[in-house]
Amino acid sequence: MIEIEELYKYYGGRRAVGPLSARIEKGEIVGLLGLNGAGKTTTLRVLACDLLPTSGTVRVGGYDVVERPHEVRGKVGYLPDRPPLYDDMTVEEYLAYAARLKRVGKNDVARRVAEVEEMTELGKVKNQLVGTLSHGYRQRLGIAQAIVHRPELVVLDEPIGGLDPLQIVEMRGLVRGLRGEHTVIVSSHILHEISETCDRIFVIQNGEILWSGREADLSSQVEQGMRIRVTVRVAGSDGAGALARATALAGAVPGVSSVEPRDAAESGEGIASIEVLAASDVRDALCRALVAGDAGVLEVSRLRDLETTFRALLEEGAPS
Amino acid sequence: MSAALLIARRELYAYLRSPLGASLIAAVLLIDGLWFHTQGMSRTLLSAEVLQEFFYGASGTTMIAAIVLSMRLVAEERQTGTFTLLSTSPVRDVEIVLGKFLSAYAIIVLMTALTIYMPLLILVNGKVSWGHVAVGYLGILLLGAASTAIGLFASALARSQIVAAVIGASLLGVFVLMWLIARAVEPPLNEFFSALAIHHENFRSFQQGILELRRVAYYLVVTYFFLLAATKTLEARRWR
Repeated sequence: MIEIEELYKYYGGRRAVGPLSARIEKGEIVGLLGLNGAGKTTTLRVLACDLLPTSGTVRVGGYDVVERPHEVRGKVGYLPDRPPLYDDMTVEEYLAYAARLKRVGKNDVARRVAEVEEMTELGKVKNQLVGTLSHGYRQRLGIAQAIVHRPELVVLDEPIGGLDPLQIVEMRGLVRGLRGEHTVIVSSHILHEISETCDRIFVIQNGEILWSGREADLSSQVEQGMRIRVTVRVAGSDGAGALARATALAGAVPGVSSVEPRDAAESGEGIASIEVLAASDVRDALCRALVAGDAGVLEVSRLRDLETTFRALLEEGAPS
Repeated sequence: MSAALLIARRELYAYLRSPLGASLIAAVLLIDGLWFHTQGMSRTLLSAEVLQEFFYGASGTTMIAAIVLSMRLVAEERQTGTFTLLSTSPVRDVEIVLGKFLSAYAIIVLMTALTIYMPLLILVNGKVSWGHVAVGYLGILLLGAASTAIGLFASALARSQIVAAVIGASLLGVFVLMWLIARAVEPPLNEFFSALAIHHENFRSFQQGILELRRVAYYLVVTYFFLLAATKTLEARRWR
């Protein structure tokens, strides 16, 4: 679907992107992760044909962005970090205008607008002026204009920027809902967001891809192991005794490299919490060992401090 | 071409919904009316001379209105971020430029059409040659097209509306003042600069009701040149 080979983009003498090569298959949801200024937006603008590359080849759906930009634009729906909305139009007028601009047939416009309004839950504000919409609705409308012409590729630049937690959850669902019909590229500087919605992640730094793969691979490669938090209850014991028993039992499990005491996750007699660092996923063996040692398991959870992982990756460079 | 008309319709809609379109038309009609009254109707002049005074005044307000209308066409969309919708849609840059031009030009045409009552007023006390009226209005519309194209080019160059207005007014000012440069230089350069003057030499014949094809061609060439320059500016921005 998308082939990028040795892409470079310079602004004057400053290299914003490059060398960057990647291949994205049809139907994938891919996350572009990087700090501000890493080159995410420039890369996305090249894919949307808003900017042309300084050198290199970028093909979308078989069309080269330099040689056939008109065709590429017909295959791409783009939501920039600031949705391109006309405040003086109503939601429905705006979507109809966007649909006509994107070559949706005159007879299909009303049907297609109604479909995307339903998909993005804009129906109840369809007669409202765009300028009066909340930030969440503006983002939804931005996505609606990006998909109104059924593009093969949907490019979303920081779609959750400025949204409240409830809106973030809704937006996540909306992006996931695009799976199947579209190939989707989402950019963000928040790893957690990318990992929630994407099949694959590209970590980008200084205009180059530092790492690519699945979020689980990223965590295990960078952290070189798994951190597990366990809360136990040992009948007839006080907190200190429970902590000592849990530490001893967990430490004896093969693959566990360290066990650290933590504040008890809940109050009560004989309750203690520990944090276990293991080379691999030892959660099942850990539970069996604790139960066999008369320590009731109240809670087991894998700790995924994704932002720490991301920071470690950027600081240390690409993992081997 | 259908994309150009689509963009033109949207822009026209924006002019008519915002206070800009109505207030600009009102201001132009007021100034044209005052000019017509003071320079044409308050003095003892022949009907043809009154008509000439009217076209002279209307040409000035048309040039100013064209710059005010066109300064926002691209620069405002860049400021608000809405230009991305156009630049990432399957629409050619020339269609964007044509659509923008047509919308502003439609307002110029509407504004010019609303001044028709002034030539009609001359009929009350005098005689009007309809040929003179038609040629004069043709001149206003051609001047309006050229000025709008210059303003649109400036808007494509600039990042803000204010800068676009300054660039557009400066460019238009240079074209207006070409006749002064023509006076200051020796032949044959004086003829060259005189021929480039957007108002003095080229508009005078329209004002007098004389239709000269080379003057028509001049305005068409200036309009085409600046629309082309605006298109190339948009294309070049993708490579920056």
